[in-house]
Amino acid sequence: MTDTIFALSSGAPPAAIGVIRVSGPRARLALQELAGRVPAPRRAALARLRDRQGAVLDEALVLWLPGPGTETGEDVAELQCHGGRAVIAAVETALAALPGLRRAKPGEFTRRAFLNGKIDLAEAEGLADLLEAETELQRLSAMAMAGGAFSREVGQWREELLGLSAALEAVLDFADEDDVATLPADFALRIAGLAQKIRGWLDRPRAELLKEGFRVVVAGPPNAGKSTLFNTLVEAEAAIATPIAGTTRDVLTRPVAIAGVPFLFADTAGLHDAVDDVVEAIGIERAMEALDRADLVLWLGPEGMGPPGAWEIEAQIDRSHPVAKRHPRHRISARTGEGIDALRADLVETATAALPKPGEAALNERQHELLGDARTALAQAGEHHDPLLVAEALRLARVAFDSLLGRTATEDMLDALFGRFCIGK
Amino acid sequence: MQQFDVIVVGGGHAGVEAAAVAARMGGHAALVSFDLDAIGAMSCNPAIGGLGKGHLVREVDAFDGIIGRAADAGAIHYRMLNRSKGSAVQGPRVQADRKRFKAEVQRLLALQGDLTLVAGEAAALRLTGGRVTGIDLADGTALSASAVVLCTGTFLGGVLFRGEERIVGGRIGEASAQRLAAQLREAQLPMARLKTGTPPRLDGRTIDWSGLEEQPSDADPWTMSPLGAGRALPQVFCAITRTNERSHDVIRANLHRSPLFSGAIGASGPRYCPSIEDKIHRFADRDGHQVFLEPEGLDTHLVYPNGISTSLPADVQLAMLRTMEGLERVEMVVPGYAVEYDHIDPRALRPCLELRDLPGLYCAGQINGTTGYEEAAAQGLVAGMHAAAAVLGRDGPAIDRANSYMAVMIDDLTLHGVSEPYRMLTARAEYRLRLRANNAGTRLTPLGLTLGCIGLERTEWFARREEARARLEGALERVVTGNELAVAGLPVRPDVGRLSLRDALRFGGVELDGLRPWLSDDLFADADLAAEVAEDAAYAPYLARQDAELRELRAGEALPLGDDFPYEAIPGLSREMVERLSRARPATLAAAGRVPGITPAALAALLVHARRRAA
Repeated sequence: MTDTIFALSSGAPPAAIGVIRVSGPRARLALQELAGRVPAPRRAALARLRDRQGAVLDEALVLWLPGPGTETGEDVAELQCHGGRAVIAAVETALAALPGLRRAKPGEFTRRAFLNGKIDLAEAEGLADLLEAETELQRLSAMAMAGGAFSREVGQWREELLGLSAALEAVLDFADEDDVATLPADFALRIAGLAQKIRGWLDRPRAELLKEGFRVVVAGPPNAGKSTLFNTLVEAEAAIATPIAGTTRDVLTRPVAIAGVPFLFADTAGLHDAVDDVVEAIGIERAMEALDRADLVLWLGPEGMGPPGAWEIEAQIDRSHPVAKRHPRHRISARTGEGIDALRADLVETATAALPKPGEAALNERQHELLGDARTALAQAGEHHDPLLVAEALRLARVAFDSLLGRTATEDMLDALFGRFCIGK
Repeated sequence: MQQFDVIVVGGGHAGVEAAAVAARMGGHAALVSFDLDAIGAMSCNPAIGGLGKGHLVREVDAFDGIIGRAADAGAIHYRMLNRSKGSAVQGPRVQADRKRFKAEVQRLLALQGDLTLVAGEAAALRLTGGRVTGIDLADGTALSASAVVLCTGTFLGGVLFRGEERIVGGRIGEASAQRLAAQLREAQLPMARLKTGTPPRLDGRTIDWSGLEEQPSDADPWTMSPLGAGRALPQVFCAITRTNERSHDVIRANLHRSPLFSGAIGASGPRYCPSIEDKIHRFADRDGHQVFLEPEGLDTHLVYPNGISTSLPADVQLAMLRTMEGLERVEMVVPGYAVEYDHIDPRALRPCLELRDLPGLYCAGQINGTTGYEEAAAQGLVAGMHAAAAVLGRDGPAIDRANSYMAVMIDDLTLHGVSEPYRMLTARAEYRLRLRANNAGTRLTPLGLTLGCIGLERTEWFARREEARARLEGALERVVTGNELAVAGLPVRPDVGRLSLRDALRFGGVELDGLRPWLSDDLFADADLAAEVAEDAAYAPYLARQDAELRELRAGEALPLGDDFPYEAIPGLSREMVERLSRARPATLAAAGRVPGITPAALAALLVHARRRAA
């Protein structure tokens, strides 16, 4: 039998109340054991919670929520206790002592809700992201995902696509019926419109940016002060900074949140051509890779020699002979701290613009890829003249939507078909 | 007691194919029918094939079945539906002369091998240790067999409705096997109720054909089966008339007398084949519906008005008919009616169509909740193949959703169950680009050869065809330049470089015929084969794109779950999931994914568990 799980579902104690949820086939039994009775379904009742030895643990409001109409789809018992640490701990210990009950693992309630069809894949992914969220921005985005914003949108597209498929399948399967001899006049237009809406989502910043951070790579020739700047930015001695050229032989990365915005700073090996040292050569290769994947490059080398779009940084301005630049975006000294605050502020502003907006749902890589598949399929549907190939393209788009939501579609499409047309001799 | 390997009960389209294939495979087979003369009768529409259905006919034919050749022998009107569209959705359909179709079925049955026809009523199943081991006839005769295939149509709890009339029985004029029905009920199989209907039959001599739009038989000489007599009979034409506002007024004024609306019939009927009263009720804004007037045979005056199935009282039917153009003075020979009947929830069946709880008993056709001759024939074939294979110790045919419509149908039935009579549609097949009516032989005859159900004539024909295919395929490997193609007048850019003739076929506007300069004339001798090979080449990029999907499907099919998979014991599966899975008992992980409402996470849980069990 499935284990019955429990967890504190309100915030960490101490708090005014502590809500403990129990989910699974033994939830009713647990309630009976602790509260001495099971109240009427979905009615809050006051109960004295006792452990197996009969000791009173707390006075609590208890709720009995029989499945499947619950958040997890299973039987659920809810204990609204007083929120002190000792009370919560005591109630949890009493629950754990019951046979077949155990503490929930992280995300387990979500997993059960998904398993039981209470939430779809996209919502579940949002909840999983929420559990992993470390910054406020990540949390807001994951909330939007878990709240079903994306799912609702995909659901609408899917609905629209089912309608288009139904219209086409009607033409294919019921060609000899006068009711459905031709496609609606705006058929191609509607496919194009759908592709357009998807494009809007594909153009949005990706969720990985939030999770992994806005990638800033510090680059330049050897001994240009890269590691010193990197250390200042990550505010720790993360990289080895010495005055000997070529010390940084690998790419060092460090996730940092500045003003709640996630960054991933990378320090690279000095970029110079004559390399005898194999280890350093590998480091340079990695540096080039890091540059390719960067969202932003801080260029400490000679003006105009950095990758396109890089910020020209005039570094080491505390020295007597800095590498002077005519149009630096920032002039800094990592050692004295001059210019660093302005650089930080600029970084935060730039990253914020590039990252998903607060509270806006963002796609992860898998979702982005599937949505891309759907858009490609829709674009092809618009190009084909053979209705059979159009239907195949629409089917592929449906497969992509279904993978996003974790559903299957043929029967739904047939429902749409039969609901909208008068078919049949 | 007489001993058989396989006993088939019922002489409809399912029963005929089941008995015939068991005999072709070398089994000792019996076909039991209440009335031997009724074997091969078409009980409803005298048409065979259509969209999706034509595919099934060709697939049964590819296994050397009966229905395709019998359809050709009786055909008096050929029509390739969807002719203007891609061949994957073209539907071959014929009107067949009832008498000649039936005669050909009976003639072919006599040639199928060790097949005994038994006249009698199958009264009861013989059971030994929970297994079905034969049947008892009503006259007391006992027949023993290792497998019994039930193809008994609507005999279970059938009730006929026409206006206020009620008649208990299957088709008009036939008794239904009440004792067998009682026995199946005792076995507590999951049952449900469905409804179907039929239109009135008209006297063609009282129709004024002169003003009606004619639909002639196709001029090009295609046939249902590549074997057999070809087009042997004279061809007739069908005609088209329409209902109009006056017809609709007659129906609306009498809706309360239709058992569909009075509440007498509670079961669901097919959405794709609604009664005329349903059409007018549900689509009130339409001012008319097409009615196809289809002759039932060469020496009968009966005409089948396709499109107006009804259970209105006979007087209303006649009044409605006479509002239509051409039917102003029509006489009705038999009024239409609706039938409500019990069927077995097909989720109780294994994919081989054997009942999970009654080993040795296979079911095929309408009893499984389907409608249509073609659906019945295909199920009969599959049940017969599996029953005979089990008795003879062979592997059953390796059919799946990617190689046949019949597997799509059986997969749908056994995993989804039915909520309306199941009819084949091309939309049901995900991989229909590869499941064309014109390549059924290529897809399935090799499976039939492995199984041992292909007769000598088709074996030789197929071998010749495969040789010709190999020659044509080889010739298409020839490499040419874009410039050569362009010079020959083909719509190919001269600068595309070197490419094979096969790849050239992917360009829009390049047909096989345009490549004649590089191909010898003998390669075009078999036009059907040439068309098939050319389409394969044209669809190749799209088929390649499905390969990843198919790999996933096949990987999932390779992971068996089995009848006794302990769904209840899998952690994390909800009661709802357990219930759905237990009812459908999917044979493989891939099949579990097609059970409605099963979530990907549930599949993940199944996967882990199935792997652990397999290890």
